[in-house]
Amino acid sequence: MIPRNFIYFSPSSEKEALELLNEYKSDARILAGGMSLIPLMKMRLVSPSYLIDINKVESLSYIKEEKNRLRIGALTRYYEIEKSSTLKKLLPIMNEAATWVGDPQVRNMGTIGGSLSHADPSGDFGSVILALNGQIITSSLNGQRTIKADDFFVDSFTTALNANEMLKEIVIDLPEGMNGGAYVKLERKAGDFAIVAVAAQLSIDSKGNCNYAGIGLTSVGPTNLKAKKAESFLLGKQLNERTIDETAEIAASEARPIDDPLRGSAEYKRAMVKVLTKRALNLALKRARGV
Amino acid sequence: MAVTAIFGARVKRKEDPRLITGKGTYVADITPLGCLYVAFLRSPHAHARIKSINASKALSMKGVIAVYVGQDIKGKLNPVPTGWPIATDPPIKIPKYYPLPLDKVRFQGEPVAAVVAENYYIARDALDAIEVEYEPLPTVVNQEEAVKESAPLLYDDIPNNTSFVWELKGGDVDSAFKEADLIIEKRMVNHRLQPTPMESRAVVAQYNSATNELTMWITTQAPHIHRLLISGILNMPENKIRVIAPDVGGGFGSKIPTYGVDALVAFIAKELKRPVKFVEDRRENYLATAHGRDHIQYVQLAAKKDGRILGLKVTSYANLGAYLSTAAPGVPTYLFGLMLSGAYKIKAVNCKVYGVLTNTAPVDAYRGAGRPEATYLVERMVDILAQRLKMDPAELRKINFIKHDEFPYVVCTGIQYDSGNYERTLEKALQLVEYKKMRGEQAKARAEGKLIGIGISSYVEICGLGPSRAVRGTGFSLGLYESATVRVHPSGKVTVYTGTSPHGQGEETAFAQIVAEEFGISIDDVEVVHGDTAMIPWGMGTYGSRTVPVGGGAIAIAAKKIIEKAKKIAANMLEVKEEDLAFEKGRFYVKGAPSRGVSFQEVALASYQGEQLPAGMEPGLEATTFYDPENFTFPFGTHVCVVEIDKDTGQINILKYVAVDDCGRQINPMIVEGQVHGGIAQGLAQAIWEEAVYDNSGNLITATLQDYAMPTAMEIPSFITDSTVTPSPHNPLGVKGVGETGTIASTPALVNAVVDALSHMGIDHIDIPLKPERIWKLLKNR
Amino acid sequence: MFKMEKNTPIKPVETQQKQLYHIKVNINGVDYEHDVEARLLLVHYIRDVVGLTGTHIGCDTSNCGACTVIFNGKSVKSCTMFAVQANGAKILTIEGLSKNGELHPIQRAFWENHALQCGYCTPGFIMQAYWLLKENPNPKEEEIRKGISGNLCRCTGYQNIVKAIMQAAKELRSK
Repeated sequence: MIPRNFIYFSPSSEKEALELLNEYKSDARILAGGMSLIPLMKMRLVSPSYLIDINKVESLSYIKEEKNRLRIGALTRYYEIEKSSTLKKLLPIMNEAATWVGDPQVRNMGTIGGSLSHADPSGDFGSVILALNGQIITSSLNGQRTIKADDFFVDSFTTALNANEMLKEIVIDLPEGMNGGAYVKLERKAGDFAIVAVAAQLSIDSKGNCNYAGIGLTSVGPTNLKAKKAESFLLGKQLNERTIDETAEIAASEARPIDDPLRGSAEYKRAMVKVLTKRALNLALKRARGV
Repeated sequence: MAVTAIFGARVKRKEDPRLITGKGTYVADITPLGCLYVAFLRSPHAHARIKSINASKALSMKGVIAVYVGQDIKGKLNPVPTGWPIATDPPIKIPKYYPLPLDKVRFQGEPVAAVVAENYYIARDALDAIEVEYEPLPTVVNQEEAVKESAPLLYDDIPNNTSFVWELKGGDVDSAFKEADLIIEKRMVNHRLQPTPMESRAVVAQYNSATNELTMWITTQAPHIHRLLISGILNMPENKIRVIAPDVGGGFGSKIPTYGVDALVAFIAKELKRPVKFVEDRRENYLATAHGRDHIQYVQLAAKKDGRILGLKVTSYANLGAYLSTAAPGVPTYLFGLMLSGAYKIKAVNCKVYGVLTNTAPVDAYRGAGRPEATYLVERMVDILAQRLKMDPAELRKINFIKHDEFPYVVCTGIQYDSGNYERTLEKALQLVEYKKMRGEQAKARAEGKLIGIGISSYVEICGLGPSRAVRGTGFSLGLYESATVRVHPSGKVTVYTGTSPHGQGEETAFAQIVAEEFGISIDDVEVVHGDTAMIPWGMGTYGSRTVPVGGGAIAIAAKKIIEKAKKIAANMLEVKEEDLAFEKGRFYVKGAPSRGVSFQEVALASYQGEQLPAGMEPGLEATTFYDPENFTFPFGTHVCVVEIDKDTGQINILKYVAVDDCGRQINPMIVEGQVHGGIAQGLAQAIWEEAVYDNSGNLITATLQDYAMPTAMEIPSFITDSTVTPSPHNPLGVKGVGETGTIASTPALVNAVVDALSHMGIDHIDIPLKPERIWKLLKNR
Repeated sequence: MFKMEKNTPIKPVETQQKQLYHIKVNINGVDYEHDVEARLLLVHYIRDVVGLTGTHIGCDTSNCGACTVIFNGKSVKSCTMFAVQANGAKILTIEGLSKNGELHPIQRAFWENHALQCGYCTPGFIMQAYWLLKENPNPKEEEIRKGISGNLCRCTGYQNIVKAIMQAAKELRSK
């Protein structure tokens, strides 16, 4: 498997990268970790004329805590996310989800910005960012834009990015009070695309009522899905077996799976959304309670 | 130097130092100077008429040397022959299998054009520039569909797409069924698999136009057979072709067949008078290298209420793919049907196999080849019978086993099992898994609503292929003896030349152990050469767990011949009678006067010096043997698997896996264990994860390792392995072979465990692979 | 179907036909400099340009890990990188692991525990184990299994590979 040829650039700054992107627009692709892009190029399903390799732009790689927010640079590799003590302290769902991405070698290269820009509905981090109500900061020569994660994923492999724009960072408002999250994945084998996976993030007040619920779904729609009805159903409610069960049922009804001859029928996937949502919520609740 | 009992020792492998340092040589590592590269344009259609091919754009690209299509080889290359044209009535219909199709493509990925270029990148680019006009034709991928009158035909002269109908009538099946208290009927699917050696296929061909000599490096399990068949395809004298199998990265059956493209690469090297190289990528390997299994079986089992099995009727539809690959006809017939009595005394077995052509990749041997298909069927039926009779499956097996004192035993299919003690491996496996305790835990878990299952599989398989008279009787084109040359050099160092072609099984070590033991020398003084037709007299290759029983047998006999000669020389050197000499630890000495002796090395030197030889004896110390075994060998054993099923998702968790195998005497128990581990993993892979999937149009949708679910270290558990030793009585070493036992045993062990976990819900069978969804669906409806 | 014709006129080399990139890479302590096409895969660079054929190709889709090398300290799949990305990089391949003819403890452990059969996947597994043990010198069995889940082996059933890595970890810790 050999890709078509291309012109290669290795800019050393974000500005330089944006200038190139502005010049070549949709004829160009940004190369970050390359873990999705390069296989597609080798199969000649994608053949950019220009490749803008941002791996030398180290200023795009960071995990920063800032007041009540967390900023993650687009070039941050899954390896960094998996190991990050900042995330372990503030948003351990990120560390957990990172361990489910591909395999160790893929995580050593693969970047969060690359995956989100690739917008594969079976990508793991789209669901996590949706569950966390994250925001995507994009940049271009025209300046920056802030896009809600929910608006960022437009369709399969399609994002709200303009042709001259690249994903710069992910911003997440840090949860308050008692909170916990979980990423639960059902897969055929280690490192495979999910049959179904669910990201859940919860906060509870002192009375045990839910004051934040975030649920993201993997591999059950044209994009990673935010289970909004399920989230709002849970908000303000006591978390118990019954409410969790109902929430999971609603999440399943929000899923839009299609039959996959290898990874499961739509019927099975929908049923698994319920099972996994329950599991993720129970785990998140346990973690929120610190037990 | 004290050498004791090297046969049977856990010796570290001699082949490893090069392989762990990156110094191995695989075919893809070989690039002769001036080498050209071939890339194949492959059909996107599973069935289509080729209306035209226009390669002019490709030919105008810089670095592209030539393009070949079917019409270019017409009359120049013969079709790829089938090596196992089984005898049937009416006779088997063998379609013409040209290296490049002349008019029609019959499976997705069949090559339609070969581009030759200065490097692989250019060759790949040129593929995109070739224009092919196809007329798509109706497609059939399923064998039960293909035999219907309404099905599209792959070949006008092969009605019902049926290449052959093979029948085996062992015993009086009608009377067996009349006697029965109950008859169980089942339809079973043994699905298609992609063998997936980690190294795909590759070939390099180099031609010397002055000497008319062709050298080919091929990823093959059988270099001499490849040489013979390629000589036929090329119309080239066999003795002008040298085939070398260097380090080969696994085969599992898929590197037994001779592939048309290999002959084509040689043809191109001859035409262009430059070395030519072709290395498959994984997608090509999946599309066009032979697949395995793919049976649909209809089974009837007749039994008495007390558990005695009386008879078995089997009708199997074997999907052979679009062409008959080298061993394809024999695998789903003889290697399947003959083993349908399993480890049991069954009065009668009738088996009918339809060999069906479809628009899919050719199917050939895959680890176990026929025996897994038989064992899975038998071991599943035994468990279903136990369930019906509410008997313990271990007890039911004991009732029906051929007993240890009944060997050799001729089963109703007509073959003679050489030796066995089936009760003992079963008992040992049950002990290791703590069977009674496990049953107790299962009952407890069930009461708590958990699903735990215990699955037993007791197998016997046919190995050591094989006695030439018997295999020729099945239609196999050659005998299945094996050759060996053992050459003792003047220094006493030894080179062993074997006609087998190991590619991971460790015979460079195991064979050295045999010889070191015989000669009483260090294993470091023995080198084993394999996989080169220029160095080895003749060989049938490595497959069917034949390497040690047949190839090793040949070496043992050759070594004994050398000892006989050496003893004569030693007697002459010591001026004593031969019968007064003893040979021990590498030294010939006079019985009763042990200080009077000569070492093996001294004898070796003397044999080349000549003057100390007995009168009339030829100098030198080497022997060549062709060993034709008198019977097959029959390894056996019992595997037990314990699983827990996740009720919500249908996922299977393997809690425990015990394997007790008996492969006769073991040359190197470490290697035996390794073979068992890998075998089990492959059988489990079929049971749960792996499946080659074609859609109805004949598109292979598992054409990469992203989609073909080969398990990782996260899915495969650790195994508890043990063994018993029941030597083969007729084999020179008492060995039986162990390359396929794990694969044969583990698929039914796992499936029996899963069905056992669900049996209280009235479930008695689930078709493999046991994807979580299949189990979930069953649970949901209960 | 040859395009070669008799008396083909001689033409100047078309230097603009494809753009080449000058890269400097250190592999196993040796500096290499080459002009390469942008699309040249790193694994092909290592194997076919530099000539280190111990790194293998098993799947082409970054699933099997046979092509694993250490790239600036991290294990990567060299079939899913371009050689141009390696400009200025330090790479370690299987050929660079043993020092002064002494096998690395991981190599020795693979040998002693029969952790390989056909050997094709082995360089990838050894390089991944090398990285894994740098990251986690005292791994549990489960961590080893997860750590090598990006590598496929068809021969061993993984059991002896896990055992070998366990042994190597112990030995490396005691050093």
